[in-house]
Amino acid sequence: MKQGILSQILDYSNRANPYPLYEELRRTPVFHDGEGPYVVSTYHEIHGLLHDPRLSSDTRNRGAAAGDPLAGQEEGEQQLPPSFLKLDPPEHDRLRRMTNRPFGPPHSPRRIDGMRGELGSIVKGLIDGLADGRSRSGEGDGNGIDLVDQFSYPFPVTVICRLLGVPREDEARFHVWADTLAASLDPDPDADAEQREKATSSARMELGMYLAGLIEERRKNPGDDMLSQLAAGHGQGETMSTMELLSTAALLLIAGHETTVNLITNGMLTLLRHPDVLERLRREPQLAVPLVEELLRYEPPVQLLPQRTPLCDIEVCGVTIPKGAPMWLVLAAGNRDPKRFENPDRFDPDRRDIQHLGLGSGIHSCFGAPLARLEAQLALSELARRLHNPRLLEDPPPYRQNAVLRGPRHLVVACDDIRP
Amino acid sequence: MPESELEALKRSGRIVVVGASLAGLRAAETLREKGFKGTLTMVGDEPYEPYDRPPLSKQVLLGMARAENTALPRRRAIEAEWRLGVPASGLDMAGRRVKLADGDEVPYDRLLIATGVRARPWPNEAEGELDGVFVLRTRADGAGLARRLEAGPRRVLVIGAGFTGSEIASACRERGLEVTVAERADAPLVGALGGVIGAVAAGMHREHGVDLRTGVMVTRLEGDAGGRVRAAHLSDGAVVECDVVVVCLGAQRNTEWLAGSGLGAGPRGIACDAGCRAFGITGIVTDDIYVAGDVARSPHPLFGYQFLSLEHWGNAVSQAETAAHNMLSNSAGRRPHIWVPAFWSSQFGVNVKSVGVPTMGTEIMITQGSLGERRFAGVYGYQGRIIGAVTFDNARWLDFYQRQIEATAPFPPEFTNVDRRPEGSRPVPAEFPDPSIPTHGPTVTLSGYSPADRRMTFTPAGN
Ligand SMILES: Cc1cc2nc3c(=O)[nH]c(=O)nc-3n(C[C@H](O)[C@H](O)[C@H](O)COP(=O)(O)OP(=O)(O)OC[C@H]3O[C@@H](n4cnc5c(N)ncnc54)[C@H](O)[C@@H]3O)c2cc1C
Repeated sequence: MKQGILSQILDYSNRANPYPLYEELRRTPVFHDGEGPYVVSTYHEIHGLLHDPRLSSDTRNRGAAAGDPLAGQEEGEQQLPPSFLKLDPPEHDRLRRMTNRPFGPPHSPRRIDGMRGELGSIVKGLIDGLADGRSRSGEGDGNGIDLVDQFSYPFPVTVICRLLGVPREDEARFHVWADTLAASLDPDPDADAEQREKATSSARMELGMYLAGLIEERRKNPGDDMLSQLAAGHGQGETMSTMELLSTAALLLIAGHETTVNLITNGMLTLLRHPDVLERLRREPQLAVPLVEELLRYEPPVQLLPQRTPLCDIEVCGVTIPKGAPMWLVLAAGNRDPKRFENPDRFDPDRRDIQHLGLGSGIHSCFGAPLARLEAQLALSELARRLHNPRLLEDPPPYRQNAVLRGPRHLVVACDDIRP
Repeated sequence: MPESELEALKRSGRIVVVGASLAGLRAAETLREKGFKGTLTMVGDEPYEPYDRPPLSKQVLLGMARAENTALPRRRAIEAEWRLGVPASGLDMAGRRVKLADGDEVPYDRLLIATGVRARPWPNEAEGELDGVFVLRTRADGAGLARRLEAGPRRVLVIGAGFTGSEIASACRERGLEVTVAERADAPLVGALGGVIGAVAAGMHREHGVDLRTGVMVTRLEGDAGGRVRAAHLSDGAVVECDVVVVCLGAQRNTEWLAGSGLGAGPRGIACDAGCRAFGITGIVTDDIYVAGDVARSPHPLFGYQFLSLEHWGNAVSQAETAAHNMLSNSAGRRPHIWVPAFWSSQFGVNVKSVGVPTMGTEIMITQGSLGERRFAGVYGYQGRIIGAVTFDNARWLDFYQRQIEATAPFPPEFTNVDRRPEGSRPVPAEFPDPSIPTHGPTVTLSGYSPADRRMTFTPAGN
């Protein structure tokens, strides 16, 4: 018997190219297979649901008997109150608003752009590191460079450290905890599960203690960083409790980290498969802006949102989704809906009408979007400029297990030279 | 029209657009985009290229943008003949010509009228001419008022607390200026959003230090010996000393130039069908004259085919695009303008948005958030259905409410949703002012008996 389409999507062997499955899925805009989740895969329906106040992001509203193969996959914050990602208004609004004050407009309109120089030098340092590695191993070609381990992973963590105000000397420790937590989101089936669980929980514990200490310290000696400003609170009697601060910091760390890695890696993979675009980007670095938008449509780092729950029976395309039922909103399928985008399977950075779902939409739309965009723009244009004649050594590359946060686990490339 | 005629129009026809602002420009761009290669003439009475008005009561008054720098971004080149600084003064429908005030005449095969509205002036002309008395509609108004605010007046008086008046008061407070707002109704924004929301708006004014006087009218403006405004007298006997007065009493349609032309144009605008084709006074729709933007009045199927005239930015854009499309289409290819009305404003740091037609609503229910926190979404009900919605700092949900309106969803809403508070458990009266005020409607009288000598006379009622 043919395997159900949802298990095919989750099946690792389809990870490299789930798009034909999404195409099949779109034929039934609201797909429901007995026990499982209600899966919505068409652009307009997903967009509508992301703006629908009858849907909750709080998994506590999910019915007990809910059969969702993705349930409980992305745990890791159990000891903390839920972050605003998993809350509804008004709590969501309050926490997101407070988090936004030191991060973006109207209160901090220059925070992200002010990091441009610093981000540039982090990127430069990492690419210099790639060059050093090559000369040390004395190879010109051959083994190649793993862009995931050597570039896409360390970059966003370093950025988050700087944003939160983690002292430079602690960054290395922070990286270790962050990587352990990230790995727990993408379990390697061959590894010892118990071992991994132990490592994860001790990393979480140590990181939590570290952050709690840092928060205490920043309450006494506030700096210009986000953690200080979040700890200080801002007028109107709004302050975060230490627990809320910890869960917010954990959210920034995990969400900011896991998605940017894939955005950058998917981006390089796509560019290597479209050498003409890569060459254009090398010559016109400003192409990075529309290119990243198209990338967010074409290969979004978050493929689907598994945690919305209807608070009452709602009807979508003639299907009644019952109260409390699990739902998946397959953003990546909506992004390639031919009813919304012309030639959706074409990667076209010149596309003009591009309101994609890559960063979600509505009140939970990606909080870190301005930062993620800038990180990806800088990373891709610099890689394009400095890697001379880059080429993929393995296509498709090995993917991570995770079907939700989808991206290559390794991206091994060779190049003739690394330009200064 | 035979296909060949349409092709000829596209290739070498003459299209004239009167009113070179938002609707006029977007229509011109759409015409070119749809392959119109003929002569395009843009007639505008203002001397500038098309500019954007919403910033005039927001960024410009805050000193964040200059009135001179609000030119509308161009979507594409339109290769038009610009006749700027010259008003159109008449229309010869039979001869297909637009008359200009400088004596010129411009022939057309298709005409688009987008002459918008102008600010209703202070009714007493001499008082309105005192130095320091402003209205706010044009770039020149915006520049003049911004300069005056820059100079630090002692007190600004805003007459009328609709959207524009409220935005001006908000900008003044943000600049630290003393401001009094006089409003005839019991609260700001009552006309657009009703008394329940008006009470919230009143709270915003007062909390931000506006001296808000409601239920009063300004009866007289008083000048000093130098002809500068110095005080205003209110109907309750109070006198407000002020050196700047901004008159925000709504708008009048720019249709006088069409008097006697035979077009159904009057103080309520120019009636057109849902495809933007203007009606003649006979009630027969024209083939070659189209209308778009603030000056238009068109039937909306979703709202009982009521003729709606909307002074909304988004409406002007969408109606202009539809008009342009239809100007170049055969009857089968024409599209209706069925834009769901939507409006935004920003005042006292709050983002206000509405969709649908709140003014048709008899009841309101706060479905999300709370009035007290000034973060909420509310829906308006009319005869058992949702007819409009408003949000304060909650705009990301508005799409949902728009679809509810489009689907004529039942009111009061039956669903459960996030952030529903006790105050949202049942509807309350929306508290719009009594609609039985006299209208500015034109009159048509009929005379004669036999079909051949039946005559129709159109009187565009005075203001
Ligand atoms: C201060 C201010 C703030 C606003 N804020 C908002 C907002 O926040 N949100 C929103 O949705 N809308 C807002 N609006 C409304 C919005 O600007 C209008 O809906 C829009 O400008 C309508 O465009 P239009 O082209 O139809 O008319 P207009 O912009 O009025 O243009 C008509 C043009 O025709 C010219 N004209 C008139 N008669 C003649 C003639 N006989 N011959 C030649 N030319 C003529 C006029 O001078 C004018 O230039 C605001 C308006 C103002 C004034």
